[in-house]
Amino acid sequence: MTVKTTRQRAQEWVEERLGLDSVQEFMSHKTVPVHSSTLWYYFGGITLFLFVIQVLTGVLLLLYYRPTPAEAYESVQFIVTRVQFGWLVRSIHSWSANLMILAAFIHMFSIVFLRAYRRPREVTWLSGVALLGLALGFGFSGYLLPWNTVSYFATKVGTDMAASVPYVGNFLARFLRGGDEVGGATLTRFFGFHVAVLPGLATLCLVVHLVLVQKFGISSPPRVEAEYRRKGTPIPQMPFFPNFFLRELMAWYGALGVLGALAALFPWELGEKADPFVSAPAGIRPEWYFLAPFYTLKLIPSHVWIFEGELLGLFGFGVLALCWIALPFWGTEREKQDRTRWATALGICLLLYLVSFSLLGYYR
Amino acid sequence: MIVFCRKLAFLFLFLGMLAVRNLEAKDSCVECHLALEDNLQAPALAFTADVHQHRGFTCVDCHGGDSSQDDPEASMNRSRGFAGKFKRVDVPKMCARCHSDANLIHKYKPQQRVDQYAQYQTSVHGKRIASGDAAAANCVDCHSVHDIREVKDPRSPVYPLRLPETCARCHADQSHMGKYKIPTNQFSEYRKSVHWEALAKRGDISAPNCASCHGNHGATPPQVGSVAAVCGTCHTMFEDLYRKSPHQTAFADMGMGGCVVCHGNHAVLKPSGKMLVGPQAVCDQCHEADSSGGKSAVEMADLLGRLESSLQRSDEILAVARRSGMEVSEALLRQQEGKETLVKARVAVHAFQVAQVAAPVNEGMKISTETYQAGVVALKERGFRRMGLGFSLLAILVTMGGLWMTIRSIESKPSNNNGGEL
Repeated sequence: MTVKTTRQRAQEWVEERLGLDSVQEFMSHKTVPVHSSTLWYYFGGITLFLFVIQVLTGVLLLLYYRPTPAEAYESVQFIVTRVQFGWLVRSIHSWSANLMILAAFIHMFSIVFLRAYRRPREVTWLSGVALLGLALGFGFSGYLLPWNTVSYFATKVGTDMAASVPYVGNFLARFLRGGDEVGGATLTRFFGFHVAVLPGLATLCLVVHLVLVQKFGISSPPRVEAEYRRKGTPIPQMPFFPNFFLRELMAWYGALGVLGALAALFPWELGEKADPFVSAPAGIRPEWYFLAPFYTLKLIPSHVWIFEGELLGLFGFGVLALCWIALPFWGTEREKQDRTRWATALGICLLLYLVSFSLLGYYR
Repeated sequence: MIVFCRKLAFLFLFLGMLAVRNLEAKDSCVECHLALEDNLQAPALAFTADVHQHRGFTCVDCHGGDSSQDDPEASMNRSRGFAGKFKRVDVPKMCARCHSDANLIHKYKPQQRVDQYAQYQTSVHGKRIASGDAAAANCVDCHSVHDIREVKDPRSPVYPLRLPETCARCHADQSHMGKYKIPTNQFSEYRKSVHWEALAKRGDISAPNCASCHGNHGATPPQVGSVAAVCGTCHTMFEDLYRKSPHQTAFADMGMGGCVVCHGNHAVLKPSGKMLVGPQAVCDQCHEADSSGGKSAVEMADLLGRLESSLQRSDEILAVARRSGMEVSEALLRQQEGKETLVKARVAVHAFQVAQVAAPVNEGMKISTETYQAGVVALKERGFRRMGLGFSLLAILVTMGGLWMTIRSIESKPSNNNGGEL
């Protein structure tokens, strides 16, 4: 008769209730393809890491933040001046929001260029695009919360754009603002979206995304598959745990270092308190990730032929977004072989457009 | 046939309307003068931009005559009230016919004043015109003629931003001013002043121009006794302090004109503490260095200098803190209050009492010490943050190094390498 140690008994107790052996079994067989583009696989994890930082710092900010026009600015000022390490928490929250969106964009474009959206990963792609949309929603709603001049007028411009959507524009603008103008109701609403609605939706999409990534594994690019098919050897694989996981951990530490350096050397500015009765300051512009469409709409004349310029711009963005979302569904299986070139071309054009117009929007 | 008659009736009606319209618009003055050349054509051309024309007045309202007649003999007949070109000395009286008539003027502009001619008669210009000096300025010299525009029109020669140049047309002209023995450097001096800077460079139409101090229609040089009152129109607190100061009586006794003794008249420069002591000082014009007045000037300059440098020191440290991303908005707000005390101290100089200057200076020094301390604390905090960052980055790098070594160690064992290229 063998005598079980305390550790063994504890493991059995846990196994009986949680069944972690199956997870361990799954993890031990999970692998990651190794090729010249493996580096891009880390950006999904970095985005997730930054999202977790967002949640943690957001919860800390919630302890002091008050979502009313009379108190919002002062409460953020209190956080950054009086609360111990409040400046660090606020700065990390703001910087990690921006880095998360940057990492999400890099992840998305790497998926497009590595063709990782192909069958059977269509739903993984859709959940990823939804997550990016939610991240932009987090950015838009969170931008208003400090209730400073820049955020107030940027929200005014943003919700005005929503108002120009045909048929539903007025309803949409009123829904976002909670009235005819950006005010206290808008702040409360945006706070609600930022801390309850969007996190709920994001968690749902994230669970779907991660479950599907585990189910279908990590995709290899078609060119790598073809290369190894020609060689007659399987694509080299790296065990996910611990080899890839430890590398991912290194990437997270790197991201943490960058985040800490940015937060300490360039603390996020608070600006001036919003005053709805003064005119908008010159050079008002949204966050960098909205700059490209913002600058494009500025360039479009007020009327193009019989159409309203802004409306035409929004319609164009809508069509482009639909094409982008529907990327995995372009054409039949056979046609897809040719159309992947079009997807790459679209990806390159979109990337060039976003970079160049964001820079133009920032410097002009 | 009925259709033809109807068309004919419409044609006659149309021609009849045209004829009536022509009769109404008949102005033989403009018609003939437009057909002439040079000086005879110019008034008719210019009149299209004139405010009087826009309000329905015509040539005959000033010049008399009958503009409904095509024959020049008939239209410009003395028997029909034709006055022709006015003598320069008669122009003000002619303008006053309407502009002194409240019943008439208020039909067009209910708020418009009608005392211009009465004021003009009190002015140096008006008095000279009345004495028969045709070279003195009359209405059209300032307001222009035949293309007169409202004062609020930026193209008008009396629009605030253009007024100094309009006055200078005569007052900077040596040939014009020579016979009156009036200097001609006022405009060039004025262009050095803070008033000109505000008016011309910042485009502030409320900034003082010639008329603000000299009056417009009643233009006259301020007398020695009234200088402080003139400056005090805008600089109220300065005038109040000056009137209570010992300088008021002293300057009056010496026949000196208040503010201008120290600040000059047309070239009013930006004042500073340097006016109290040093090479640009004005106090030593009257006060010996070892006299009570001389000593007070030194003390006041010292007080102002101390506050200025203290505020500047706080400005510098707060700017560095702000550039480093430190939150110092509360200190900056307090610093503004400190700067207000400096303004108060500079104003208090006009009481010429050291104690009155010392009060705001002491308050300002207290504030600037506070703000400087806030800057020191912010920079200390910046140092702490950077040190924290350094340690954190070091810890992160060590951890990353450890992770890398762990990975190398795992992958160096053949059983852990699934044959892949790592």
